[in-house]
Amino acid sequence: MAKHKISVTINGAVREAEVEARLLLVHLIREDFRMTGTHVGCDTSHCGACTVHLDGQPVKSCTVLAVQADGAKITTVEGLEQGGKLHPVQEGFYEKHGLQCGFCTPGMLMTTSALLERNKNPTELEIRQAISGNLCRCTGYVNIIKAVQYAAEKMR
Amino acid sequence: MIPAAFDYHRPRTLDEAVKLLSSHGDEAKVLSGGMSLLPMLKLRLASYEHLVDIGRIPGLDYIKEEKGTLRIGAMTRQAALERSDLIRSKFPILADAVALIADPLVRNRGTIGGNVANGDPGNDQPAIMLALGATLVARGPKGERSIAANKFYKGLYETALARNEILTEIRIPVPPARSGGAYAKLKRKTGDFAVAAAAVQLTLDAKGAIERVAIGLTNAALTPVEASDAAKFLTGKTPDDKTIVEASKMAAVKSSPSADRRGSVEYKKEMARVLTERALRKALQRAGGK
Repeated sequence: MAKHKISVTINGAVREAEVEARLLLVHLIREDFRMTGTHVGCDTSHCGACTVHLDGQPVKSCTVLAVQADGAKITTVEGLEQGGKLHPVQEGFYEKHGLQCGFCTPGMLMTTSALLERNKNPTELEIRQAISGNLCRCTGYVNIIKAVQYAAEKMR
Repeated sequence: MIPAAFDYHRPRTLDEAVKLLSSHGDEAKVLSGGMSLLPMLKLRLASYEHLVDIGRIPGLDYIKEEKGTLRIGAMTRQAALERSDLIRSKFPILADAVALIADPLVRNRGTIGGNVANGDPGNDQPAIMLALGATLVARGPKGERSIAANKFYKGLYETALARNEILTEIRIPVPPARSGGAYAKLKRKTGDFAVAAAAVQLTLDAKGAIERVAIGLTNAALTPVEASDAAKFLTGKTPDDKTIVEASKMAAVKSSPSADRRGSVEYKKEMARVLTERALRKALQRAGGK
């Protein structure tokens, strides 16, 4: 099986890799690029812990092949902070206690930051629908909603 | 979980993709959004020597209305359908369904072409294709051909597509005035397939009688089920409570689900009846009837 040369822009930096076709995007990010902020949770495209932005859209990176991302722009949780300043959703999760164990948090941050890019003023229902593919077993979601509302207000 | 090794191909044109499929036969599979295929490969429920990724072929991603026909490119993502004003305003049956497919992150990758051509009875859009009387356009070595949705589904993961044919477009007649459609689905949680679901598309005549109706059922058998007896029964009738209840019973009789963790056969058949009734009532309401 031939290897494939791919190139992606991840958090603003161009990175190249030679990968097997079956390599999953999440493993490219975690193992080849050594960025371990993106988590592997269920590994079956249910839990959303592995969510990253692929050309601006939040997707489950455990269910995308690295070769499919060739040429794409990827943002991971490591790319949210800009110039030493937390992204408003990160600040919101911190301020509103939007996490306990923290395992789902990278995925939650990626999904909700993408939501706020296209909807500056989401209703509670819209926030709940947006994170319906991200599972949290600690918070009961209440503080996650508050964190996103905090971030939305901050970004307006 | 890692899929078994395979060769990956990224053709730039449909012709190139068809050639690859022709030369690799049963060992090759089309990769669209990958939301069904990649989990199957990861779980090792399926394996292929070759994946042919159609994701970079230009001109397969569009939603447009032309001369009374809605045309949707096979690579159109579910998220694009969800955000389409054309779909929302003229095809509420599709809008109902799209919002209930998997979850928003999966909908950012999953495509209507994959959903329709996969041949999994748990997919939602096949039943809708039956209800809407869609035509499925495929490209193969001899060019293009059209297949009626009700001739498309042959068995579990078996469709009318040959191994070297690719679904390229879905064509749906724009419904005339006094039409309505709805999709009613029961699922246990976000991301799950339907326990049961019903797709209804109908048109009323000037007097309020049903002129045309088609009903499709999801996860009711190994293929999507068209409840044609119920449709025949309804045609020409002015819908009242009794007719709706009777037609829903007739539709449920056509379902032959199997028992699994989503429920027993009896429960699923009963849910098929309930959901057909709900979809019928909503479709009638949308058509301007009662």
